[in-house]
Amino acid sequence: MTLAIRATGIRKVFGDVVANRNASLEVRTGEIHAVVGENGAGKSTLMRMIAGMYAPDAGTLEVGGRTVTGWSTREAIAAGVGMVHQHFMLVPTLTVAENLVLGQEPVRGVQFDRAGAEEAVRALGERTGLRVDPSRLVSDLSVGELQRVEILKVLFRGARILVLDEPTAVLSPPEVQDLWRVLRTLVADGGTVVVITHKLDEVVEISQSITVMRAGETVGHMQTAEATPSSIARMMVGREVKLALEETGEGRQEMVDGGWQMADARGGSATAHSALRLTQLTVASARRADEVAGVSIELRPGEIFGIAGVEGNGQTELIEAIAGLRPVSSGSIHLGSHDITRWSVRQRADAGLSHIPEDRHRRGLVLDYSIADDLILGVQHGFTRGIVLDKERIISNAGERIAQFDVRPGAPDAPARSLSGGNQQKVVIARELRGREFSVLLAVQPTRGVDVGAIEFIHQQLRAARDAGKAVLLVSADLVEVLALSDRVAVMYGGKLVVTLPADKASAEVLGPWMTGAGGTSGH
Amino acid sequence: MATDRAPAVSPPGIPRWLQPLLPPLTALLIAAVVGDLLILTFGQSPREVFRLLIEGTWGNAYGLGQVLYKATTLICTGLAVALGIRAGMFNIGAEGQLALGGFAAAAIGLLLPAGTPALVAIPVCVAAACAGGSAGAAVPGVLKARFGASEVIVTIMMNFIIAALLNWAVATQLNVAESLHTPEIHAGAVPRLAAVSALFSGSAANFTILFALGAAVFTGWWLFRTRAGYELRAAGLQPDAAEYGGIRVGSVWLRTMLLSGALAGLGGVNYVLGYKQYYEEGFAAGAGYLGIAVALVGRNHPAGVVISALLFATLSQGALAVNALVPKQMVDVLTAIVIIAVATAVPEVERLLRAVRGKTA
Repeated sequence: MTLAIRATGIRKVFGDVVANRNASLEVRTGEIHAVVGENGAGKSTLMRMIAGMYAPDAGTLEVGGRTVTGWSTREAIAAGVGMVHQHFMLVPTLTVAENLVLGQEPVRGVQFDRAGAEEAVRALGERTGLRVDPSRLVSDLSVGELQRVEILKVLFRGARILVLDEPTAVLSPPEVQDLWRVLRTLVADGGTVVVITHKLDEVVEISQSITVMRAGETVGHMQTAEATPSSIARMMVGREVKLALEETGEGRQEMVDGGWQMADARGGSATAHSALRLTQLTVASARRADEVAGVSIELRPGEIFGIAGVEGNGQTELIEAIAGLRPVSSGSIHLGSHDITRWSVRQRADAGLSHIPEDRHRRGLVLDYSIADDLILGVQHGFTRGIVLDKERIISNAGERIAQFDVRPGAPDAPARSLSGGNQQKVVIARELRGREFSVLLAVQPTRGVDVGAIEFIHQQLRAARDAGKAVLLVSADLVEVLALSDRVAVMYGGKLVVTLPADKASAEVLGPWMTGAGGTSGH
Repeated sequence: MATDRAPAVSPPGIPRWLQPLLPPLTALLIAAVVGDLLILTFGQSPREVFRLLIEGTWGNAYGLGQVLYKATTLICTGLAVALGIRAGMFNIGAEGQLALGGFAAAAIGLLLPAGTPALVAIPVCVAAACAGGSAGAAVPGVLKARFGASEVIVTIMMNFIIAALLNWAVATQLNVAESLHTPEIHAGAVPRLAAVSALFSGSAANFTILFALGAAVFTGWWLFRTRAGYELRAAGLQPDAAEYGGIRVGSVWLRTMLLSGALAGLGGVNYVLGYKQYYEEGFAAGAGYLGIAVALVGRNHPAGVVISALLFATLSQGALAVNALVPKQMVDVLTAIVIIAVATAVPEVERLLRAVRGKTA
């Protein structure tokens, strides 16, 4: 049995952070190998060293039996190792073919040979099953198509060993199935595939063998045939974990009272009827006038209403409009008995709207602020004496939140930037769930990029909020998460809620087609 | 959590307190070395030139006073630029705002009846200077907050507009025959430091430096202690997060621009009330632009701004002292080298410091 990749004793340090220590990996030629681990376990770092983006500080790296430790990306590509990144690296104003040949454009005389490039791309697409029209502009492609182009790009450069970093994060279930088909074709053709993921069901479905990483270290290696999602999870976290799939809505937890009490708890009286009511809400984006096209939702206190769907179907705009971050074109938003359609962000928040935003790095945290300062973002007007900030209360507030949510490392003056993704999210959630009074919570992708242990904790917190009578509007691209948490589930497609079902009638099989716009005639 | 954080070890041999100072000091060292080479090309001894430079500035009463005088204006414009950058704005208009502040102080000083007590006149004139600077910054502030217009372009344009308007005002409205300046003010003169201490005799240094230092303390307090400062820095670091936190970023920008203009305008007091007692065309020439360098070298921190203003003032005054040995433009070149060295060396040294810390982990 030949090894495509062999890494031993790899160590990599970035500044203060040890990303890899004693990491190892063995991938056989012709297999699909999954690398799993919590966020920040060092999976991407290890892969990037294999692709030549960084040189390891210690350890050796072999590809195809040849020692290649510390090689360059150019050498890696020449040796047939290609990496498909989590974030797409394509030029949107160029066509598919132009993107693929970039850097090695075919020419006829001094002219760019467009027809030749398109023909080459089309031929490659036929061979691999990755069909995309080479003459289309990248800016016109859907997310699934973009990913196909990224994979094509790597294959076009002659890759025989393909490394994919979290390839399914933005795909709908049918698109994931398409991807699996392509990967299986590649392997059948003699290629080798390494997939980084933290979705355990995917691991079991697609891979032949698994490497588990924790805290920068390789902690295990197993054959997929002998693994189950919970055995993998146990190895990833180092202890027993409840997976979202296995959970039920029981286990009521008392909300601990604490934190800043609102002087004006207008939200309190709002629980009589609906907690949040959207009426024919239409919201424009830069791209189109009806990014959200007439959405109506009535959210009751004590329920989690989940919105599933492939990203880019108006979810972002819908939530931003509710939070006051984006103007509403028509329709109305009621928070309890208040019409908040034209209210400012602060007025809405003070009236009882809490918001775990989609992108904690862009919106949810000021990364260069200390944890203590980030824990008052949005409620800073409650932490003042006159016009001066009340340092003492800010620090004691931080101490409480850090303890309640087990943020690590727990120094209140450490910059938020220095925390891992899961701990950053805990800071956001601590602030939004305990740092203020609220009646409605908008939770968008609450567990994205968060490790398995923290996911469990965050799900608990959302359920606890629901059980305490809060209304939760959950938006997630992770269908499993939506199904595990929600009392009612809707699918958003093309700016509309195309189907709404009670939780017991919803399943991946029922909702999947709706997410691609191929929904049946049932539902609604 | 998943990734280990190495214990915060200092690079060996470098005390903790020194570390934040290391990058700018390295930059200055580089500038000094390049300066030496330049001096050598003129066939002069670098030691001799630097000795003259220090002697002509910190070495005697007049030189010291002049350094403090020049630093006063630079502190004000440096603070103006630094405050803007903290909010995510590049105020290149300190030049014009400074001129407008000086003119406003002169005009109000002229309007006040002679014999107005200093305790009334000085605050009124200082307020006028700040208001003048603010007025100059209001246009770019409103255009940015309301329409998202680039403050860089608008402030540069405003510099020309303000200069032209002031020339017109001095030429036609408040002119003293045969001169480019306004009549002397009737009240509001700020006393010279030389009046209280022989340490500064003969220099233009005046009590405006206390206002400037007060402004630096105020700016530090405003930025790091108040809720407004919290919101200002959030808007500067991450406008999207600030917006999410209920902060109206546009109005933060407008308010910051007005405050920034007021700080620049305050610098006008130095010349108009403290030195000449009139507004003269071109008194601000370069001080606003140099404020950008002052803020850059001072790392946009009020304390850093004060120190770097003193540095640039020393270089500027020192140029006159070394004129006998090397052309005084040499010092302009040296100033430019300091700026380039800070802009390039500081991030590099910071990267190195981080790398060293990583290695010792």
